[in-house]
Amino acid sequence: MDVLKRNHVSVSGRESGPVVMLAHGFGCDQSLWRLVAPELEKRFRVVLFDHVGAGRSDTAAWSPERYSTLDGYAQDVLEICRELGLGPLTFVGHSVSSMIGVLAAVQEPWLFDKLVLLTPSPSYIDDGDYHGGFSEQDIDELLESLDSNYLGWSATMAPVIMGNPERPELGRELTNSFCRTDPEIARVFARATFLSDNRADLAKVTVPTLIVESARDTIAPREVGAFVHAQIPGSELVTLDSTGHCPQLSAPEATAEAIIAAVQGP
Amino acid sequence: MFPGGDEANESWAAGDRDQEQLPFSALLEDSAEDLYENAPCGYVSTLMDGRIAKVNGTLLKWLGYRREDLIGHKQFSDLLTIGGRLYHETHFSPLLRMQGEVNGIALELKTANGSRLPVLVTSTIKQDSDGEPLLVRTTLLDAQDRRTYERELLRAREQAERERERVQRLAETLQRTLIPPTLQPVPGSDVAAHYHFASSDEVGGDFYDLFPLAAGRWGFFMGDVRGKGADAAVVTSLARYTLRAAAVSDPVPATVLANLNTALNQQPQEDEPPFCTVIFGLLTPQEGDGGFHIVLAGGGHPPALLLRADGSADHVPTPGGQLVGVVPDAQFATATVSLGPGDTLLLYTDGLTEARTSDSGERYGDDALLDFARVLAPTSAPEAVEALTVLLDSFGEGLDDDTALLAISVPPAGR
Repeated sequence: MDVLKRNHVSVSGRESGPVVMLAHGFGCDQSLWRLVAPELEKRFRVVLFDHVGAGRSDTAAWSPERYSTLDGYAQDVLEICRELGLGPLTFVGHSVSSMIGVLAAVQEPWLFDKLVLLTPSPSYIDDGDYHGGFSEQDIDELLESLDSNYLGWSATMAPVIMGNPERPELGRELTNSFCRTDPEIARVFARATFLSDNRADLAKVTVPTLIVESARDTIAPREVGAFVHAQIPGSELVTLDSTGHCPQLSAPEATAEAIIAAVQGP
Repeated sequence: MFPGGDEANESWAAGDRDQEQLPFSALLEDSAEDLYENAPCGYVSTLMDGRIAKVNGTLLKWLGYRREDLIGHKQFSDLLTIGGRLYHETHFSPLLRMQGEVNGIALELKTANGSRLPVLVTSTIKQDSDGEPLLVRTTLLDAQDRRTYERELLRAREQAERERERVQRLAETLQRTLIPPTLQPVPGSDVAAHYHFASSDEVGGDFYDLFPLAAGRWGFFMGDVRGKGADAAVVTSLARYTLRAAAVSDPVPATVLANLNTALNQQPQEDEPPFCTVIFGLLTPQEGDGGFHIVLAGGGHPPALLLRADGSADHVPTPGGQLVGVVPDAQFATATVSLGPGDTLLLYTDGLTEARTSDSGERYGDDALLDFARVLAPTSAPEAVEALTVLLDSFGEGLDDDTALLAISVPPAGR
């Protein structure tokens, strides 16, 4: 199987630069990085990819067995790193991909120079003293929202669009394409994302880690950022003056700056 | 027609318009402000950080909030259910940032008294003169009726999926009854079989079995019932059990087929008579150097293949054998074969030879199969079934019918 095709991997930017891999979170695809990627490409070799089931990945490679836990996604990240063979890289994971990066870096730390965890949360569900911000019922509500909004995905159109992403006459159907996901796949990814508990994995991270949180983020509140910071030995924490869970869209300059500082830092 | 008549009418119509338009718009006493405030939809404007800056009366009425409760205090996502907020943050906001607009997303508002209001949300970003995003304008439509309708559709789909699963389970269970779960080992031989199901929710019409008879002899058969689905399954089941029962009372192959023919002819015939093609074989161990004496009777079925220890391979024709179940006194042809050490006998159904090998609809065919067998020989039952399974897989979509394989071989001398 062609791993690079499976995950729609692209490599761009400065060939001699340090390698930075950008991993998108739950909901959309690699185009979420498009406001920060150009700034990074000036300095680094930038690796972009789609998780299997998202964007223009090969959905035929998707199975509920492999992708109902974050471990399946972490295996994909490791496979991409090995396949590219570009040496240890900085892994930037947004949202759920921050935990996917943690799992990958715990398993094969030699593949990673640094980790940048953008708006991470190791567990979204409240548990005793730990305040993740959500209950299981809330996640069911999210699944309902997924069911009522197919976001440009339609069973009859999907194969046509997937096969002809550049055809302009399909432009109408391409609305919301960044978030287009087969609803079946979205459900499984949503459950893996919001019901995983990776709190115990944080302490096992040995790779230098920077946590980048958003000052006003209802999905990963500052309390959770502080928890991740406290759990990962020697980690650093940066708080961006931004609103929302996607600072790479709402505050792209500051996000790019934080990533650049992490890659170039000691 | 009078020349100029139309013109006269037009000027009359134009005068009518002039006179009527003024009083009409005056009658409405409408204004942009009033339209905003009391529009039949909710309006809310938010700053780029999500804080609510402006909201219309309609939305306040729906939510049960006062204007001062919201403006400057709440974010738009605060008005949503928590699940909706998750969706807003992971899908809605990113799309809005990237596309500048998002249309018709179904979300639920949480009103001041805790009740929920399903709405359809459309947002656009207003930019300043430099193209920098300034604020988000959002329109909300009451979607209670639409959501009820959608839930009905969703419920119907879920029910359809449950039904489909049930049918699939039923078909799988039924299919398992048509072929033996495992082949019993026949002393002094190797046996192997394979069944390719063309469809997971339809019962196919192929069947086979291999079973012990008295005095160390064994019976085996391979058959194919015309058609598919429930009707075919009934005939398949009848054929399989009749063959086994008939072989116990009189194992002479042509007699076994004749008994099946009688049973099928006695079936009530509603539309078309149920019929099938079958090869029935009787396996008798040979004294001395091992191997078997085999008697085959064929009723319209593709001929068996014999792959010899010396590397040759040929059909074992049973010419003139008629379809089983069509006419009351059908004739069945018999052939005898000696299966020695290193020889392999292969039975198959026409799913194999009828598989499409090109887009133009060419079939794999008997000759290609014979060539394949000649390359394969000498072989063994497990090897032959393995090789043919790979061949079947290589047909991909071209293999559109159920296909069964059954092979019997005698180990080479000295093994």
